[in-house]
Amino acid sequence: MSVRENILNAIATNQPTLVPLPVLNRTAVISYEDRYAQFKSVLESIGGKTELILNIEIVIEKIRSDKANDTFIIDTISAESIDTADTIALSAFELEKVERAYIKGTVAVAENGAVWVYESQMKNRLLPFICQHLVLVIDKNDIVATMHDAYDKINVGSEGFGAFIAGPSKTADIEQSLVIGAHGARSTTVYVVE
Amino acid sequence: MKISHAALAEKFIADEPRTDWHDDTLWFVREKRDKAAHGLPEWEQLREWGSQIKDHTLSNLSNYLKEFEEKAKANGIIVHWAGDGDEHNKIIHTIIQKHKIQKIVKSKSMLTEECHLNDYLQEKGIEVVDTDLGERIVQFRKEAPSHIVLPAIHLKREDVSETFHEHLQTEKGNNDPQYLTEAARQHLRDKFVQSELAITGVNFAVAETGGFVVCTNEGNADMGAHTAAVHIACMGFEKIIPKAEHLAVFLRLLARSATGQPITTYSSHFHKPRPGQEMHLVIVDNGRSKQLGREDFRNSLKCIRCAACFNTCPVYRRSGGHSYQTAVAGPIGSILSPNLDMKANADLPFASTLCGSCTNVCPVKINIHEQLWKWRQVIVAEGYADSTKTIGMKTMAYLFSKPSLYRFAGKMGRRMMKAFPFMTNNKFNVWYKQREMPKPPKESFREWYLKNGKINRK
Repeated sequence: MSVRENILNAIATNQPTLVPLPVLNRTAVISYEDRYAQFKSVLESIGGKTELILNIEIVIEKIRSDKANDTFIIDTISAESIDTADTIALSAFELEKVERAYIKGTVAVAENGAVWVYESQMKNRLLPFICQHLVLVIDKNDIVATMHDAYDKINVGSEGFGAFIAGPSKTADIEQSLVIGAHGARSTTVYVVE
Repeated sequence: MKISHAALAEKFIADEPRTDWHDDTLWFVREKRDKAAHGLPEWEQLREWGSQIKDHTLSNLSNYLKEFEEKAKANGIIVHWAGDGDEHNKIIHTIIQKHKIQKIVKSKSMLTEECHLNDYLQEKGIEVVDTDLGERIVQFRKEAPSHIVLPAIHLKREDVSETFHEHLQTEKGNNDPQYLTEAARQHLRDKFVQSELAITGVNFAVAETGGFVVCTNEGNADMGAHTAAVHIACMGFEKIIPKAEHLAVFLRLLARSATGQPITTYSSHFHKPRPGQEMHLVIVDNGRSKQLGREDFRNSLKCIRCAACFNTCPVYRRSGGHSYQTAVAGPIGSILSPNLDMKANADLPFASTLCGSCTNVCPVKINIHEQLWKWRQVIVAEGYADSTKTIGMKTMAYLFSKPSLYRFAGKMGRRMMKAFPFMTNNKFNVWYKQREMPKPPKESFREWYLKNGKINRK
């Protein structure tokens, strides 16, 4: 018998009698009157930044200004962005030098400040983690109350990779002192488009 | 024989200010957990869901594992099965050899600690760089993590500064956490961009979709996994949950219970290798199927490794993680470890006050303190208990069953304590350690009651 069969047989023999899955009745789950306000307050409490903007043009303008200043950015948002294929092909050595990455998110979560980003939105899986500063853009209507609502809106298996990102990379491994900017992005700014 | 928990705890508490600091710091984390939990009116409902989902999963585990394997394979993930730690290590070694890999980064995985992967590979001349900041610190110091979420919680900033000065040439005496973290960031980014193989743990594996989720605050799992040409994720088989929607329940519980954060910075969902990448998943038993068969202890397999039980435990906080000498310390470790090696870990279920605080904070409602008590019974029945404990208990049982002998012994004891206090007030009496013995009473309660009981009863 193979190792796999041994393990599965041992489990089948030893597992208890079947008990049902609970029905998740969400009537008691928290909701927020102003989901944007909640999202902003939580994200700021975990070291992120939020800004409400009237339209995407404001972000595009920032991208243009970054480019004009010769800042090494990767823009996966605007129509004038660099070729997707180029971004996918970038190595870790090159991406390590990216100052700012602009990425669109699918859904934002008011209860914890997280934004879901699909691989197709990152273009390159490494990008949102390795860039020095991360800029996420989300539509105000896509802010949901809780993780339950977030999983209703996404299909995690539809792409090879995806992540909830909540604020900048951080650690408290030295004497529980919070330090922002461990290995990943040193800052995370979320632009919420009204 | 290994040194007992009590002996190592005694060493730990010898430094009193440091013990107090350790105690306070972990209690502070526990308080953050409370604040986060109280922020959600449905917290108790969430715990109940978490518990019930895990109960259901354990009761249908063989089917969920088969479903998961099938979906993961369809996603392009190469699935391996390991019966024990040694098989787990061999599988990883074989992959390393096949690709002739030199540069390996690893994010936090308690399973690889449990299997002693680093030691195994080191013996083969292969170096693994731990990339979680806390784990890198203890790796430099050739120590084991002392906490599953906060691996270097036993160290002070001066210790880290000294270690980094030695290994990363940081400024001597610069104890600023910001400065030290920045040094580690530069050092480890260098390791990340060169990495050929990334090893990660798994927080949750979803049967329905054949993918797995890894949670970090630092981003180290992602930095490695998305750079290296080969990614190996290692998981104990109990990490399975049925559906993606259940992730909502567990991600809401995990970080709040662990550190009081609303969610970890990164909750990464891996389903397919990126183009050109090879993605392996090693599913490990290592005693888990045996634990599943122990009716009294099986629900320890519901654990999501948040460490809330560590932070609240009065014994853990005052004895430190290293005193347990197991990959998973604290209350949960003390109910998992006897299953792996009952003899070696026989003292751990006794390293508890049975206060039940661990059970109260557990996000998946494991009855930890009851299991500690049950393990004590198993350990005594199997003959693994400390002989002084066994003899003492037997003597007490005999004495309590003979009322006249008990009364006589009580009387003699009181007289002896009065006449010869050194008989009890000496270093051979463990109850005398750090305590004053009580004054011997003039009479026993029974004697008092015989005199006064009837008068007072109206």
